[in-house]
Amino acid sequence: MVLVYAESHEGKFKKAALEAVAYGNETAKVLGTECAAVVIGDANEAGTLGQYGASAVHHISSDNLAHFDSQTYAAALSGAATALGAKVVILAHNSAGKSLAGRIAVKLSAGCVTAANAVPTNDGAFKVKKNVFAGKAVADYQIDSDVKVLTLSGNSIKPEVVGADITVSPLSVDVPASKIKVISTNKQQGDTAPLPEAELVVSAGRGMKDPGNWGIIEDLANAIGATTACSRPVADIGWRPHHEHVGQTGVAIKPNLYIAAGISGAIQHLAGVNSSKCIVVINKDPEAPFFKAADYGVCADLFDVVPKLTEAIKKAKAKTIY
Amino acid sequence: MKILVCISKTPETTAKIAFKDGNTAYDESGVQFIMNPYDEWYALVRAVELKEANGGTVTVINVGPATNDVVIRKALAIGADDAIRVDAEPTSAMFVAQQIAAQASGFDLVMTGKETIDYNGSEVGAMVAELLEVPYVSYATAIDMSGNTATVTREIEGGNEVSEVTTPLVISAAKGMAEQRIPNMRGIMMAKRKPLNVVAAAGGDNLVKVAAFALPADKAGVKMIDPDNMDELVRLLQEEAKVL
Ligand SMILES: Cc1cc2nc3c(=O)[nH]c(=O)nc-3n(C[C@H](O)[C@H](O)[C@H](O)COP(=O)(O)OP(=O)(O)OC[C@H]3O[C@@H](n4cnc5c(N)ncnc54)[C@H](O)[C@@H]3O)c2cc1C
Repeated sequence: MVLVYAESHEGKFKKAALEAVAYGNETAKVLGTECAAVVIGDANEAGTLGQYGASAVHHISSDNLAHFDSQTYAAALSGAATALGAKVVILAHNSAGKSLAGRIAVKLSAGCVTAANAVPTNDGAFKVKKNVFAGKAVADYQIDSDVKVLTLSGNSIKPEVVGADITVSPLSVDVPASKIKVISTNKQQGDTAPLPEAELVVSAGRGMKDPGNWGIIEDLANAIGATTACSRPVADIGWRPHHEHVGQTGVAIKPNLYIAAGISGAIQHLAGVNSSKCIVVINKDPEAPFFKAADYGVCADLFDVVPKLTEAIKKAKAKTIY
Repeated sequence: MKILVCISKTPETTAKIAFKDGNTAYDESGVQFIMNPYDEWYALVRAVELKEANGGTVTVINVGPATNDVVIRKALAIGADDAIRVDAEPTSAMFVAQQIAAQASGFDLVMTGKETIDYNGSEVGAMVAELLEVPYVSYATAIDMSGNTATVTREIEGGNEVSEVTTPLVISAAKGMAEQRIPNMRGIMMAKRKPLNVVAAAGGDNLVKVAAFALPADKAGVKMIDPDNMDELVRLLQEEAKVL
């Protein structure tokens, strides 16, 4: 059986959880087995996971899981995997999944591959692909252990409705008390997706000249509902917050659309964004290396082009309701 | 307080990526290696700052062959007091974590970078924590110590979380935790005399291996758009790329 941890936020399942369930379902098909989901906390909407391919949903409820702690959550999830006889455990490659995968792998003596981006294959050996060297190569990993742990890179599979709601069954596992005391949780305002999950990203670099100029970037991002990002030097000098820094030493992303304005396209920057489905580069230097990695290029002054692009988008939006 | 910082070496960021042995191994010939930036810029520098503020020691640990000693000496030049090198090829995250855990007894705080920039596994910290059965705070952007209590800020989707946890613990360090330090001449001279203890590997497991590497397909080539015709770009994004 394939077991997916479907992470919820205030009872809601976000894209990462639905992707994990859809991926779990595809993995189960490859192995000729079923995919079960496990949820922690509020399970009111957990039955909807059946729509995305879960054939069972198990709910773990414990006061010791009131806040996220990789130690207690790993105990709960590996306990569930053992109780249910899971052969593959799947997590999203996000902050929770990444801090859990290694722990669960140790607990289950499992081989672990993080940031998988394709459905595993199983002809003779269990293999799964991930990007390595910051997107400059792909590695096909073979896992030889009986139990396997995978985390799924965001935007690697499209969750589709393939079934109907199912009933949620309680599952009781031993969970130790947490040794971490949470003092505060601070969420940034705004309703755009966090960078690693974003499908549309608008990014800018040193070509912006001054942090006060970012209004045109935000206008463009707002026009399409995109998340904003930036190059490293811009975050280093404090023009933009650190969490916006994409690249080899920042966040690695693979949105459907990446629009880069005033970014030269240094190899370390490309490393974090070159898996994007479509790249648009706006740069006034025709020799900017970024053009070689782009799908569409506009060679012009960004202060002129970015507002024009925003207007063109607004115009197109007014015409077509998409 | 005794701090153990896990450092790994990675190809320099502009290094050519090529493979050998029928695309099953990374071709290291001619490649320059550096200390993994997350380990160096954030974990190690913050460890040294904590030592400077509160006293204690900073030990760095690396699992790898003797050629890694250059990277280890750099860590000593930045301010670590001593180093352990486990003399074995770092064949998988689990194997590396098992080696680190075997050396980690007696340390209050174990720090890693949030991931390496070559295999981007982000696995070792969590594995070490589980092997040691201690708390793990990942993607930490700040850590302060007061006695044996750590106050740690970690990144979560769309925000951050601040928590308190007592040692021993493992954290992985992300951007924001510290500023890169360039070793000075004195540091480099002193590093030569600091102890670098080479130890044999404890047993370990390799449950995963790379069956094959491949290079991604080349891009089709860029389509240049007239700057005065942004309507055309929007049309292409909608109809050709189908991303809007
Ligand atoms: C170990 C290491 C790790 C690194 N990791 C990262 C990383 O993760 N992410 C990252 O981004 N960088 C990283 N870097 C830095 C990287 O090498 C580049 O220095 C950086 O990406 C450059 O940022 P930039 O493109 O914003 O600035 P620049 O290289 O200065 O480019 C600015 C661009 O803006 C254009 N421009 C200027 N004015 C205008 C205008 N009016 N209209 C249109 N275009 C204009 C210019 O033509 C130029 O191409 C790393 C470097 C090292 C050594």
